[in-house]
Amino acid sequence: MKKFMLDLIVKKNETLNNQYSLLILTSPEKLPEMLPGQFVEVRVDNSPSTFLRRPISINYVDYEKNELWLLIQIVGDGTRKMCELKEGEVLNLLIPLGNSFSLPENKAAKLLLVGGGVGIAPLLFMGSYLKERGYSCSFLLGGRSKDNLLQLCEFERFGDVYTTTEDGSHGERGFVTQHSLLNGSNFDLIYTCGPTPMMKAVASYATKTGTNCEVSLENTMACGIGSCLCCVTDTTEGHLCVCTEGPVFNITKLKWQI
Amino acid sequence: MANLNINIGKLQLKNPVLTASGTFGYGTEYSDFMDISRIGGIIVKGTTLRDRQGNPYPRMAETPSGMLNAVGLQNKGVDYFIENIYPTVKDVDTNIIVNVSGSTIEDYIITAEKLNDLDRIPGIELNISCPNVKEGGMAFGTSCISAAEVVKRVRRAYKNDLMVKLSPNVTDISEIARAVEAEGADSVSLINTLLGMAIDSEKRRPILSTITGGLSGPAVKPIALRMVWQVAQAVKIPVIGLGGIMNAADAIEFILAGASGIQIGTANFIDPTVSIKVIDGINDYLDRHGFKSITDIIGALE
Repeated sequence: MKKFMLDLIVKKNETLNNQYSLLILTSPEKLPEMLPGQFVEVRVDNSPSTFLRRPISINYVDYEKNELWLLIQIVGDGTRKMCELKEGEVLNLLIPLGNSFSLPENKAAKLLLVGGGVGIAPLLFMGSYLKERGYSCSFLLGGRSKDNLLQLCEFERFGDVYTTTEDGSHGERGFVTQHSLLNGSNFDLIYTCGPTPMMKAVASYATKTGTNCEVSLENTMACGIGSCLCCVTDTTEGHLCVCTEGPVFNITKLKWQI
Repeated sequence: MANLNINIGKLQLKNPVLTASGTFGYGTEYSDFMDISRIGGIIVKGTTLRDRQGNPYPRMAETPSGMLNAVGLQNKGVDYFIENIYPTVKDVDTNIIVNVSGSTIEDYIITAEKLNDLDRIPGIELNISCPNVKEGGMAFGTSCISAAEVVKRVRRAYKNDLMVKLSPNVTDISEIARAVEAEGADSVSLINTLLGMAIDSEKRRPILSTITGGLSGPAVKPIALRMVWQVAQAVKIPVIGLGGIMNAADAIEFILAGASGIQIGTANFIDPTVSIKVIDGINDYLDRHGFKSITDIIGALE
């Protein structure tokens, strides 16, 4: 897919809570085609401590409204500056980057999308993409407390939503991998994105149950286009760039100790 | 429109802007964003005799106005380059220069010999300054004796342009520059990265898997500029300046300090099209100041 460097315009910056914002971007031009699982590299201006671009998952794309959604968690000054952007301001992006989640051949496949924290971001786009193509899927979303469970109403548009929180403030208490949904249900394919310990626990569940599983990694990166070789992960094919060979990997390709 | 053509050693460049090794892949990664043939030269990723997996992740740490890397020369080896990558880059209308590194002098020689007969590779950049490998690399570039030895031996084996990339992690970079000039280097490029370190205080751990890594970006520019100025006065061969160049003004500073050409490295990560902007910016500068040619401002510090 052809990559672009684009200046997109902030259409809306919605503060979800004190940690997260939803940035809705648009352009006078038609947005390029994007696939679920792909990401963008955002240049952060006016943040002296932010030298490199920030890789951000594509949260959702609305081609009719020509909107690109980015879900931002405030981690440092760069993401804080992104969350402070005002309507009409411009954001420079490299777009779209990386590979995408794969689609099963069988439309009746039982699909589960497991997300944690800000890692739910690409799963919303994947859910919409699956529904548009006649698949049905379930979402299992986890967070420390209900404040970390985001966009639940959006997810409900595309499938059943199950939740866990560590403090029991929403859904079942515990981690996503402790949810009762996973007892006895057989899924054909699990897609997951979130903190590494969570993804490893999901990968471990998938391995034990013989379920096909794709994970979306978020290694620190510089260029985002495969030239600096900083973001590599160890795979059965050696060190591969997460930015170009990923961010989505089948767990059978990763050398994870699980 | 000023004349940007410049000859550096045996290289004929359409402009003095090159992209630095390890920051621009093989060039083709950037062709979605721009016409890469406009660049004066593309120095491709560090190439070694055999396949190297490089260092474990994490290999990068963002630092104030810069970054540390410890990639460790990950590449698939010179034979893979010749068979699989060369055919994809040979028709790009610019100078494709291969950065060559090795663990032993023999590695350097054999790798250079293998590149000798590629029609569209007009030169190599001899990397005797990589700080991120256990054997070879910077070890060759931090003493005059070993730097001279590797250049002497590669010079005998390699007929085309031989640019030697120098390490700033030395007491006197001019001495090293003079040593490699005496053994037949066609030009010197400087600086490679400065050895640095980053720590995560919350975890009480180094950020890089290798503990130390190479610092690049605008943070190193004043040091790079000073070294280019010193080396330009110490040698007669051309000097190629690099280290933290982010825009045309930075590039011109290096040229005024005595560089005949410049390389853009880390800036490619922030703006993939920066090299084109630097070329256009140099042209604007020459026009604005009434210079006819880039050669008019090399070392023209008043």
